[in-house]
Amino acid sequence: MRHKSARKWFNLLMLGLNSLGAGIAIVIVCLMLGYIIAHGLTFINLDFITGSAVPAGQPGGGMHNEIIGTLILVGLGSIIAVPIGLFTGIFLSEFGTPFTVSVVRFATDILAGVPSIVVGVFAYAIIVKPMHSYSAFSAGAALAIIMIPVVARTTEESMRMVPGSMREAALALGITRWRAVVSVVVPGALAGIVTGVMLGVARISGETAPLLFTALGNSFGYSGLGSPIGALPLQIYRYALSPYKNWQQQAWAGAFVLVVLVLIISIAVRWLSRKRRV
Amino acid sequence: MDTTKQTETTGSRSFSGNKGYILKAENLRAFYGAFLAVKDVNLDIKPKSITAIIGPSGCGKSTLIRCFNRMHEVTHGARISGKVLLDGEDIYTPGIDPVSIRTRIGMVFQKPNPFPTMSVLENVVAGRRLTSVLSKRTEMEEIAEKFLRQAALWDEVKDKLKQSGASLSGGQQQRLCIARALAVEPEVILMDEPCSALDPIATLKIEDLMRGLAKDYTIVIVTHNMQQAGRVSDMTAFMMMGDDRAGGLIEFGRTDQIFTNPKDKRTEDYITGRFG
Repeated sequence: MRHKSARKWFNLLMLGLNSLGAGIAIVIVCLMLGYIIAHGLTFINLDFITGSAVPAGQPGGGMHNEIIGTLILVGLGSIIAVPIGLFTGIFLSEFGTPFTVSVVRFATDILAGVPSIVVGVFAYAIIVKPMHSYSAFSAGAALAIIMIPVVARTTEESMRMVPGSMREAALALGITRWRAVVSVVVPGALAGIVTGVMLGVARISGETAPLLFTALGNSFGYSGLGSPIGALPLQIYRYALSPYKNWQQQAWAGAFVLVVLVLIISIAVRWLSRKRRV
Repeated sequence: MDTTKQTETTGSRSFSGNKGYILKAENLRAFYGAFLAVKDVNLDIKPKSITAIIGPSGCGKSTLIRCFNRMHEVTHGARISGKVLLDGEDIYTPGIDPVSIRTRIGMVFQKPNPFPTMSVLENVVAGRRLTSVLSKRTEMEEIAEKFLRQAALWDEVKDKLKQSGASLSGGQQQRLCIARALAVEPEVILMDEPCSALDPIATLKIEDLMRGLAKDYTIVIVTHNMQQAGRVSDMTAFMMMGDDRAGGLIEFGRTDQIFTNPKDKRTEDYITGRFG
């Protein structure tokens, strides 16, 4: 009888630990979102969205230029990373031999694991340094490096989920391998590929470390791909560390905008991936 | 007709010279890596006829017909030796593009596999659209109707042409796949157990369809269903796995002869249900 009750206690303990872990995860998300929303909503206003930064100590001002800057950088990163990631994923799923696939997959895994600050330093060394200027382009390239493995692996996985019978059906009609991939396999995997791209966008829109070495920041608005550019996470970092009340409040508002952006993307991803399962 | 050492095939159908067949296998062997799956098949297939390939599971029936349209080599490590002649020309001649062979020899698979991202109409014309220059929209509809009628599917789907190919019933999907294969206008259609995933009524519809199609096309059907082979085919090939685990052709002849008066003891045992 005694060991049976010990087993029951153990069971209960494990159940408790599991529930605790799950509970903590939910509590952290709720606390963080609640905190950011509560603070952000207090300080956000039309001026924040449409206005430019003001000198320290002055009231008002906003992050208009940084919001636009983040959109430009995410767009730039995606323009570079989506084609490369897509072709890498298609190679992994359709054209690689077992050896090349294992090499490429290992490489993308390593790339995905590189700390983002290292990516920033790397972009600094190979783009900023030779060009003698911080630039939007170098920041976009750094973000692209972070995004490529995300797009590549989700593309590969969703293409592998398309049944082999579809490829056979296409080949047996006398359709070439490449045409079959483009017209049959990719459409079948499209929802998954779009999900991967959006996951990548969500990932890079909040990256700060690589921008420190590349984008630098620019409060006067976009002035070309070869010039420094402002970005939301960068400005949040600067303002949050500043001693000025107005800037700290704006950092909260900026955090709110960033979280809403990522939240919208995450919800879109969930909606898309649910559609895929049907 | 060729009579080969190991098969002792029947000479019941004689064709003069090379004119009597459209498809001919000569000493055909199929490998997966080092494994010999099908050995030394010699087979003549007469134009506008239905040839059934029967035999127990794992005897290499599917592997054999996949050699006929070069789909066998799609599997990693798979290869063949010997010859497969289409209209007297070896389809394995170096320099011949397997893709062009597959437009001349179509294939219908065991499980219906319409493209789920395409509509019924797009499925029918998929082979044409993706192998050649884009045809005009109206032309596509004409082509689709023509081949859906040939596949005895038109009346059932004429109001569903815009729906996904995957929304049809299993039997309809398989006839859609047949229409899709026909639309490329092949000379030969290979069918790999096309009815094994279907109910008896859908199966009968496909069999009727095959009889009709045999007026214009050459059909080779793999089936594990002997009654089906008896119902639809003109010629029957019986295959069996040997002691070396490689499948070989045991007997080939007219279907009525194979079923009523088989020459080989093993064919008789299989036909009469003693094994398999």
